[in-house]
Amino acid sequence: MRFRLSQKNIPILSTFLVFILLYLSGAFAYKGFFSLRVFINLFIDNAFVGIIAIGMTFVIISGGIDLSVGSLVAFTGVLCANLLSRTDIPPYMVIFICLLCGAALGLAMGSLIHFLEMPPFLVTLVGMFLARGLSFVISLDSVPIRNELFLSISKASIPLGNGIRLPAYAVTFIIMALIGAYILHYTRFGRNIYAIGDNEKSALLMGLPVGRTKIFIYTINSTICAAGGLVYSLYTLAGYPLAGTGLELDVITAVVIGGTLLTGGVGFMEGTVIGVMILGLIQTIITFQGNLSTWWTKVFIGILLCIFILLQRYIAARKIQDKNK
Amino acid sequence: MNIVKKKTSLLNFGLSELSIIYPLLAFIAILLFNLVFTEGFFHIEIKNGHLFGSLIDIFNRGAPVILITIGMTLVYATGGVDLSVGAIIAISGALAAQMIRPDYVKGILEYGDQTSLIMVLLVPLALSIILGLWNGFLVAYIGVQPIIATLILMTVGRGIAQLITHGQIIVFEHQPFQFIGSGFFLGLPFPVIMVILLFALTWALTRKTTLGLFIEASGANPLASRYMGIPVRVITTLTYGFSGFCAGLAGLIITADIKAADANNAGIFMELDAIAAVIIGGTINGGRFSMAGAIIGALIIQSLTTTIITRGVPPQVVLVFKAVIIIMVALIQSKKLRDQLSLILHSGDRPS
Repeated sequence: MRFRLSQKNIPILSTFLVFILLYLSGAFAYKGFFSLRVFINLFIDNAFVGIIAIGMTFVIISGGIDLSVGSLVAFTGVLCANLLSRTDIPPYMVIFICLLCGAALGLAMGSLIHFLEMPPFLVTLVGMFLARGLSFVISLDSVPIRNELFLSISKASIPLGNGIRLPAYAVTFIIMALIGAYILHYTRFGRNIYAIGDNEKSALLMGLPVGRTKIFIYTINSTICAAGGLVYSLYTLAGYPLAGTGLELDVITAVVIGGTLLTGGVGFMEGTVIGVMILGLIQTIITFQGNLSTWWTKVFIGILLCIFILLQRYIAARKIQDKNK
Repeated sequence: MNIVKKKTSLLNFGLSELSIIYPLLAFIAILLFNLVFTEGFFHIEIKNGHLFGSLIDIFNRGAPVILITIGMTLVYATGGVDLSVGAIIAISGALAAQMIRPDYVKGILEYGDQTSLIMVLLVPLALSIILGLWNGFLVAYIGVQPIIATLILMTVGRGIAQLITHGQIIVFEHQPFQFIGSGFFLGLPFPVIMVILLFALTWALTRKTTLGLFIEASGANPLASRYMGIPVRVITTLTYGFSGFCAGLAGLIITADIKAADANNAGIFMELDAIAAVIIGGTINGGRFSMAGAIIGALIIQSLTTTIITRGVPPQVVLVFKAVIIIMVALIQSKKLRDQLSLILHSGDRPS
């Protein structure tokens, strides 16, 4: 039993190791890397990726996938910016409308996946193109956000001393990660997600509300994603229909690196947070290096994802061998 | 069992009937719409011995999509999906342009040593095949879900293309190479000729040999097929390699046509077009495939795009229409939905 448990923990332990190694190599190689500011910037620059990765963790643990996140970020940003600049809807209502749109898309996708048994990748791929197309319908250009409430939220921050501040959206990320971890690990809903991801048929036979849970997972994920889109628009103070292209891979990578199995049933919220930090570290190191094209970021992330998937397959193969013994 | 099946046959078409009839009807409907609302849509004229007109244009513009659809159909039939085709298009185009003008990225406008045309064609195609085989290796031998395996290349691929072009758009003039994209042969645009050739070749390989059956069997039940002695892994890997080849070819056509390699935008969102075409064509994920249906599907997508753009709608908005169509077709083909509908329609006379 103890052996099994430790094997389950191999991905997350290796994640932690990779994080420490990356951080130490950065700290040794570059002057000024080992500072509170750089560390805090990891949270600031990746707040929106992290928030979306929280939702994606739920989806992947349940054995599904959501490809629509990047487009939904763009859609939320464009919707928000245009509602603020073209209409008189109060900003609080705008935030609510954006979250509601996200929830509606998630509900629709979850329903199609559950009721019509369509493959999640197909449904969310359609969602991906629908959201991207709709953001083009709203506006083809980048629209700046000049609303006072939004400006004040984007400037709001907690001072950490030494002139370093933690912006409100980075705090949102940390709080949402804590709530996500609580839901996943300490509530009935969280246990249901693991059960469905491990074996949907058994979960159904055990009398768990499989359908309700699955639809709820996609709804929550898209709502969280819309929140991530709002954070992104606060971070850039604009709504741009081409925002977040390729974001889905970053998010899936963060979740997978964080020790969540793509086949479902195993995963950790804290792993996802470290996964997001690793992506941030890669970006920071490339920036510090200075002479590398930003395109290397994508290539490195892809290579890292490949390595972790191979590790996962190796563990899965070992598990089957153990069972056969 | 048989009796029930007969009663519900109104809604439960066999796949073979479904695959061709509906897409063909949809294609005809779009053409009829244009016959009424778009002036001169069916007008075909001969200029300088070449055929011109909206219909020819649909085939010509649609050539890259049809090419990747041919590859995607086989991948989809093995139960997989290839999201990386758009990125492979970008890589193949970037590599071809880079080989034509190797010094451009250094800011030298002279063409320098010309790489031979054969190499400009073969090297990008070879790389595309290798990338496709890599996808197939991940899927068949490592057991990564197709969606994830190809998602890696979908994103990393654009990065690779950017690294080849150093983030620039390489423009070039190269008459023989441009022929691939904009030349005419026997009165028809050359891309159309390539589509016809590739379709004929694929059709012969899959329908005149047992290869097609093997692909369908591998998709429908990999384990049973393996016990039967079908080399499932090899076949799956090869279909991804073939899909990479088709994407590479499409990349060459696109690059030759616009005389530039744009690593950011070449082939972007094209994977949706191909997936939509395959699904419209009646191919199921893991099982029977219909190459002719898929090509009609691709023509539907292209004629729809042409129609919408001639109506004056911004091209980016076409994405919404495509998403709606693909979900509608998926709904029509959803067995679950048809079962439930027939349950409602025949609730009176069905034995419980």
